[in-house]
Amino acid sequence: MQQLTEIRWHARAGQGAVTAAKVVAETALSADQYMQAMPEYGPERMGAPIKAFTRISNEPIEIHNNIEFPDVVIVLDESLLDVIDVTEGLKPNGTLIINTCSPAADVKKALGLPDTARCACVDASGIALDTIKRDIPNTPIVGALMGVTGVIDVEVFKELLGKNLGKKFGQEMIDANFAAVDRAYKEVTVA
Amino acid sequence: MPTQKVVATTGNTMVAEAMRQCAPDVVPAYPITPQTTIVEEFAKFVAQGRVHTEYVTVESEHSAMSACVGASAAGARVMTATSSQGLALMWEELHIAAGLRLPIVMANANRALAAPINIHCDHSDIMGARDTGWIIYFAETAQEAYDNTIMALRVAEHPEVMLPAMSTLDGFITTHSIDRAELMDDESVKAFVGDYKPENALLDVENPTTHGSFSGLGGPYFEFKKSQRNAIDRSMAVIKDVGAEWTKLSGRPFDVIEGWGMEDAEYIIVAIGSTAGNARHVAREMRAEGVKAGVLKVRVFRPFPFAEIADAIKDAKAVAVLDRSESFGAEGGPLFLEVRSALYDHDKRPALVNYIYGLGGADVKLELMRRVFSDLVDIADGVIEPGRLVYLGAR
Amino acid sequence: MSKWDVSDINQWKSDQFPRGAVIPTGGNSDEYVTGGWRSERPYRDDDKCTQCLLCWVFCPDTSAMVKDQKVYDFDLEHCKGCGICAHECPADAIEMVPEGCELPGVK
Repeated sequence: MQQLTEIRWHARAGQGAVTAAKVVAETALSADQYMQAMPEYGPERMGAPIKAFTRISNEPIEIHNNIEFPDVVIVLDESLLDVIDVTEGLKPNGTLIINTCSPAADVKKALGLPDTARCACVDASGIALDTIKRDIPNTPIVGALMGVTGVIDVEVFKELLGKNLGKKFGQEMIDANFAAVDRAYKEVTVA
Repeated sequence: MPTQKVVATTGNTMVAEAMRQCAPDVVPAYPITPQTTIVEEFAKFVAQGRVHTEYVTVESEHSAMSACVGASAAGARVMTATSSQGLALMWEELHIAAGLRLPIVMANANRALAAPINIHCDHSDIMGARDTGWIIYFAETAQEAYDNTIMALRVAEHPEVMLPAMSTLDGFITTHSIDRAELMDDESVKAFVGDYKPENALLDVENPTTHGSFSGLGGPYFEFKKSQRNAIDRSMAVIKDVGAEWTKLSGRPFDVIEGWGMEDAEYIIVAIGSTAGNARHVAREMRAEGVKAGVLKVRVFRPFPFAEIADAIKDAKAVAVLDRSESFGAEGGPLFLEVRSALYDHDKRPALVNYIYGLGGADVKLELMRRVFSDLVDIADGVIEPGRLVYLGAR
Repeated sequence: MSKWDVSDINQWKSDQFPRGAVIPTGGNSDEYVTGGWRSERPYRDDDKCTQCLLCWVFCPDTSAMVKDQKVYDFDLEHCKGCGICAHECPADAIEMVPEGCELPGVK
């Protein structure tokens, strides 16, 4: 029986969504799973709204179309809520994970999510500023993703994250990212 | 014994790796979305010393193919990549490469042709090159793109063939999507493709030759084209043999057409590229609902496996041919025309209907595949007429 | 110069032709006689000629024949009678004369 998880990411260009989708895919591979990770391309500039898609499955994935009915929607920038309907297509029992300071119950109500859906909130930007000293919320948001869904393993993710970051950054930055992941994993709240 | 490494990477990276392992002597390169990362990644391999290639940055795709022709005639193993407007720009050189019988291998990221400008997937660019005399492979996945590129080189350089070959993959869908694939070890690929032994190399100064000759009125141009036709007809057997060899080495199946559920299928979708996967997914669901659905994927388009396709679909009740490109003014899209022609001499023929879909990257939703199967059932039951041409999912 | 025997080329079947129309020798355009295209030929007056060699420089068919840095004749097997040599000669030593004209020194 195919267990397929479909994730849609909403972000602004420059927030690291594409990198996050890539490391999530690599983590799934380490667990001997199958994956797809696709960015949606359009005219690009820093700050433009972008989407990315991730599929994770225990069986080979033979579909190659856009994800219409995601199980999980991740929003890295809450200002996108005014611009895009991020809940579009979200499965009735799906999970929305959003980078915000607002309480999960308020956000759930404001977005009109059904009771069966889960709304998970984490102050990814705040955690990022504290740990890596920059508002790049991608690693904390993946921490929240793992905390809420368990779709990939935290320790494996951190190991691969370390390898990816190690190409450009020193140990201090890697440790800061690990701290960001751990904090978000714990601090995410679900309504 | 080969070792294969499981990786999570994009179709473009897999093609670049295949190129690296094939060790071309010359790569003339020009960028165009969505193939650019192929030549970019390859450039990194050159810079890192992981492959020893003369990397020539040219000023346009026309120049890229011109440089390929010159380098190949000189006796080099030559590879490159392009897409869409770039493929269109090198149109005259494509015919020249094939006419000169040069075993150039090129990857094409299948992308819509302007106008209007569109950077996303369809097959209009590659189908526009179907009469150039190049051998053409289509990939459904990053894995197939890798496998096809390596096989294409063996086939192109085969002494019975000596024709240029394209290894194509769907723009963005396959080029940019991270997928799970297996990368073979360098030594095994190197042994598989072997060394290129050119005949008539221009750089062989001991045996001077003249390339690019003129064959005018009363001359044997006609005869040269006949021998080119003979060569591409011979290539089908070579493609299958090389495929069988690769299957033995990699463990992955290959055939010029690949079927699912075809043993007893009554309702068949014939498709090319990533769409075949979508169709197969829906076919599985239809089968579970008791509908005898089948999917036939065309993996090699030139030479066209007309006998194989006709044989595979002739007993079905209704067949839908999906074209991700148009042949404006024709009865239908390019694949439809060829499949229809393949069936002409058969007494027993299924109802055949053409769907044009996915132009300019229009999303190939699973519900569209479902609609096609449902139409096929209705056509076979006489509930609806098989209207020849349908634009699937366009307003 | 050519080792390529094309005496019966008009009988060759398609697969007998060299692959890719590659001619298996170099420089055999010399064997393709284009002198028959001509309707005028160049006549050089040796007394007026200053041996500047500009006719040799400009001739598009390399038909101005030079030996020991002196032009001595025109290659009438290949000269197409374009008249560029006569046009460029700074000493007016070359005149284009109709084919078939009887003049001293002209074969």
